[in-house]
Amino acid sequence: MNEIQSSNCCSDCGNDQLEQIANVIDLYQAKPSNLIQILHASQQIYGYLPLDVQEFIAQKMNISVSEVSGVVTFYSFFSTKPRGEHTILVCMGTACYVRGGKKLVEGLQKILGINLGETTQDGKFTLEIARCIGACGLAPAMMIDKVVYKSVNPNKLESILSKY
Amino acid sequence: MAKFKMHLLICGGTGCNASQSQEIAQNLKNGLKDKGLENEVQVILTGCFGFCEKGPIVKVMPDNTFYTEVKPEDAREIIEEHVVKGRKVTRLLYVDPENKQQVADSKHMGFYKKQLRIALRNCGFIDPENIEEYISEDGYSALAKCLGEMKPEEVVKEIKLSGLRGRGGGGFPTGLKWEIAAGNHADQKYVVCNADEGDPGAFMDRSILEGDPHSVIEAMAINGYAIGATKGLVYIRAEYPLAIKRLLTALEQARTFGLLGKDIFGSGFDFDIELRYGAGAFVCGEETALIHSMEGMRGEPTFKPPFPAQEGYNKKPTNVNNVETYANIPIIINKGAEWFNKIGTEKSKGTKVFALAGQINNVGLIEVPMGITLREIIYEIGGGIKDGRQFKAVQTGGPSGGCLTSAHLDTPIDYDNLIAVGSMMGSGGMVVMDETSCMVAIAKFYLEFTVEESCGKCSPCRIGNKRLYEILEKITKGNGTMEDLDNLANLSRVIKDTALCGLGQTSPNPVLSTIENFYDEYVEHIKDKKCRAGVCKSLMQYVVDPVACVGCTACARNCPVNAIQGEKKMPHVISTELCIKCGACIEKCKFGAISIQ
Ligand SMILES: Cc1cc2nc3c(=O)[nH]c(=O)nc-3n(C[C@H](O)[C@H](O)[C@H](O)COP(=O)(O)O)c2cc1C
Ligand code: SF4
Ligand code: SF4
Ligand code: SF4
Ligand code: FES
Ligand code: FES
Repeated sequence: MNEIQSSNCCSDCGNDQLEQIANVIDLYQAKPSNLIQILHASQQIYGYLPLDVQEFIAQKMNISVSEVSGVVTFYSFFSTKPRGEHTILVCMGTACYVRGGKKLVEGLQKILGINLGETTQDGKFTLEIARCIGACGLAPAMMIDKVVYKSVNPNKLESILSKY
Repeated sequence: MAKFKMHLLICGGTGCNASQSQEIAQNLKNGLKDKGLENEVQVILTGCFGFCEKGPIVKVMPDNTFYTEVKPEDAREIIEEHVVKGRKVTRLLYVDPENKQQVADSKHMGFYKKQLRIALRNCGFIDPENIEEYISEDGYSALAKCLGEMKPEEVVKEIKLSGLRGRGGGGFPTGLKWEIAAGNHADQKYVVCNADEGDPGAFMDRSILEGDPHSVIEAMAINGYAIGATKGLVYIRAEYPLAIKRLLTALEQARTFGLLGKDIFGSGFDFDIELRYGAGAFVCGEETALIHSMEGMRGEPTFKPPFPAQEGYNKKPTNVNNVETYANIPIIINKGAEWFNKIGTEKSKGTKVFALAGQINNVGLIEVPMGITLREIIYEIGGGIKDGRQFKAVQTGGPSGGCLTSAHLDTPIDYDNLIAVGSMMGSGGMVVMDETSCMVAIAKFYLEFTVEESCGKCSPCRIGNKRLYEILEKITKGNGTMEDLDNLANLSRVIKDTALCGLGQTSPNPVLSTIENFYDEYVEHIKDKKCRAGVCKSLMQYVVDPVACVGCTACARNCPVNAIQGEKKMPHVISTELCIKCGACIEKCKFGAISIQ
């Protein structure tokens, strides 16, 4: 954990990132109705939304921290924990479920040694599920970052992961 | 599409994009240049053709040649053979799964024969990133007609007459909705496009936005004119990056062409559109939750009335419609309500787009006239069940819908008929299942989804669905009792009657419909401790057939818990106590000696 933090967010660039977030807030005129857009942008800048970032946003927007964290926790897209270098999203939409999506989740859990929502020790992968990534015709599907893998079977997992 | 002799259409939808369709397009362009043909043959990256499973797709126009599973390195052959010499590249043609014959063009493919493409009319046909292509297909002429020749109330009347109903799930008459919004007076009104598409297993809205974004923009402007709104918002899932990109490009182009902004077509009507991003909460597809989310808050539903048409975004009258609903509007205005009215059934007009998925040969996005039967969809368009297995059930309506059986294969599909048989249209997910699906597990799958997505605001949904899930879990583990079955049914009814929003009110449907249609399977789980589909792990046993087993030891060597015993060349035995049901042995046995019972 410490390793990721020190490599990704040294205190200098941390400030730089907060400055960028401040710019985004200005761009959205600090309007509470733009909170979700601001959080999207902030997560892109900072990678995730830990409490101190939430506090920073709340202060900058002149709203309470509970308002910000209430929104952050409501939406699954926002993450309060640091994420791995790559996010693996296994589709568990209906189409993928009936064609064996669950086996992929089980396979990945075994290979990576983590549960859903967790990040590997080396900070490389975060494992999550999605509900339909729009590739139902290619079920079961999974996505690593922005790349979609189609018709995956558990035997293919090792070789897919080895590319990262 | 005028000045070119030939067009090469490459699918740029999400599915095909994942299989390098961008590279294919680039290789085709380069290849044409090498031959000096770039002014005669045009390469167009389109939206989804619907036939994603066999992607990437390349279609050659005008002869409709349909190449499937094309690779970037196939580009050269397509150009040298097809474009230059006029000979089809037969090895890339689609092969009919039934008679194993190659099909020369898309007009003769079972998948397309029974389809009628209205909402998807431009998907897979035009370049979604080029407004001029949309315009050359009569794009924005409906908006011009409305602004130039029709009064707002005439527009509303036309939509009412067409009989169009909302495609987002509820099926509310669109014209009536517009009439109500038009009748509520305020200094500001809003038009909202619901592109949250939360049904896990449906992707029609995404395909429309990726393949034909201008049709939605044009429709929203028409909607604005009809109800007196100058502002439009699209609420779109952040998980749809490609759709967002295409929509943003389209908005920019529409502004440049003066089709959005001030004084459109010199009519004095102003209209513009902004995007709002969803953040992964299914309940935000519900319109009141969606409005709260657009206002920057937690997306919790609120009681209706007030309806959005009375008090919506920023407390102003707001008209919310679904993406597919909007995609129908321009063509209705252009061709007239009467034309649209002739398609479909008495109370459900037009077509519906379905995401056909599951254990079926042709998986993909289809658009069919209302009134078509499930049999036609599954066996003619879908090409039948995969690997020659037996049809068991089809699920429509996603987490709000139900499972239908072979008894319903000949029911004409429309809003009312689906409700009458215990399911619903929903947004258009259609998942076909064969005997390898367990119906109790399917019900549990949907309940798991509901439990995860319940916003927690009201207790019938928050607690009730959790209880339903627990009971189902108990049954799939082999610990259920017959009393549990009654409890499931009773609790389901209570949740339906008392939940605050549509999510809770419909969430027990998958349970009720599977109990109704697959009662025996529930009883088997409870009394015989058996799962006939072999899905519920706790009820399964791995067994070696001593006759078929040759004693190769492959299974024993691969069992992670050493549950398999036996001498070389002698039949092996699996210890049921030790076995953790991982399935590794079955995969390793080359002699088919291991089975699940
Ligand atoms: C839990 C829930 C989820 C919904 N999800 C969607 C959705 O993803 N997309 C959509 O268009 N409508 C969805 N709806 C329906 C909307 O509330 C609303 O009826 C619809 O957007 C109206 O547009 P239409 O009349 O054009 O269908 C959902 C409703 C409920 C109760
Ligand atoms: S029914 Fe469920 S989703 Fe709807 S308001 Fe109640 S708890 Fe929230
Ligand atoms: S299913 Fe797994 S644990 Fe059971 S016998 Fe086979 S390999 Fe061993
Ligand atoms: S792999 Fe099959 S044939 Fe070989 S020992 Fe096991 S059960 Fe027998
Ligand atoms: S259900 Fe997996 S991509 Fe749609
Ligand atoms: S994404 Fe290419 S056919 Fe659907």
